[in-house]
Amino acid sequence: MFARGLKPLSIASVVLIIGAFAMVFFYAPNDADQGFIQKIFYLHVPLAIAALGGFVAGGVWGVRYLRDGDRAHDLRSYVAIHISLILGIGALVTGSIWAKASWGHWWVWEEPTLVSFLIVFLLYACYQPLRFSIEDPERQARTAAVFSIVAGAFVPLNFLAVRMAESFTHPRVLSQTGGSMPGDMRLTFLVSLLGMAVLFVTLCKYELTSKQASMQLRALKRRLAADDDEAWLPTGRSAAPQQL
Amino acid sequence: MPALPLDDAGPYVAAAYLVFLALLLIYVAIMAGKLVRIARELGELTELVERRQQARAEDAEEETVRQ
Repeated sequence: MFARGLKPLSIASVVLIIGAFAMVFFYAPNDADQGFIQKIFYLHVPLAIAALGGFVAGGVWGVRYLRDGDRAHDLRSYVAIHISLILGIGALVTGSIWAKASWGHWWVWEEPTLVSFLIVFLLYACYQPLRFSIEDPERQARTAAVFSIVAGAFVPLNFLAVRMAESFTHPRVLSQTGGSMPGDMRLTFLVSLLGMAVLFVTLCKYELTSKQASMQLRALKRRLAADDDEAWLPTGRSAAPQQL
Repeated sequence: MPALPLDDAGPYVAAAYLVFLALLLIYVAIMAGKLVRIARELGELTELVERRQQARAEDAEEETVRQ
């Protein structure tokens, strides 16, 4: 069910990411203001955008789960948030490295962009413990869906609040005027963003396929155990959805 | 702040891209672990089904001999 199109997606991810990185180092010019260090931009910003987009996607799947009760939507929501958290760690670490090189500090607490992203990240860091704390699968899925919707709605609100706040040091990349990047830099950024988006979808598909295989295996074990009159099989508590 | 010279900026840029690579590699390693577990459990289940089929075949053979 989830494995369809995984191979072409994987190939597209590899081609796009390698292509994007090649463009970063061999095509895009050095920034006039920041110089070579600005190359981190092509990694840091797509990571952050993909992570935030994934959080919102998790909320959308949460809405779909609550609407029709399909457990596959719960799984999709869980996986989208799980992968977004990984990309979020990447965005935080690469941003911190860039901050140290550019501003001389690993972290600037006065900067709303940084702190707001950290708040969103920490909010979603509660998602898995929340799921793990609920044993009943139905209740777990429902509570997680509500969490993903509320937190997902918080992401664009947070983004807007940061746009309205005064920026101290962090630049505004996506402005209404389209930013001030020259064409070759903009093209490199867009290819990087596309590569990261495709990588996100590919990783989600990997995770979904792996989870589905585990679930099918568990169901098969349960059927065999039932044949042997061994109705009891230890399932164990898990943050991830256990069945479709 | 003025732009860092290439010698100073290089390690930071390399570190950022290495972080990304490390995240991907850690993810691949975790997925590999999951794949190994799935393969092992699948092997156990296959063995169980084969044993069961063998036992059924032996039972059927004994039944035929008894008749």
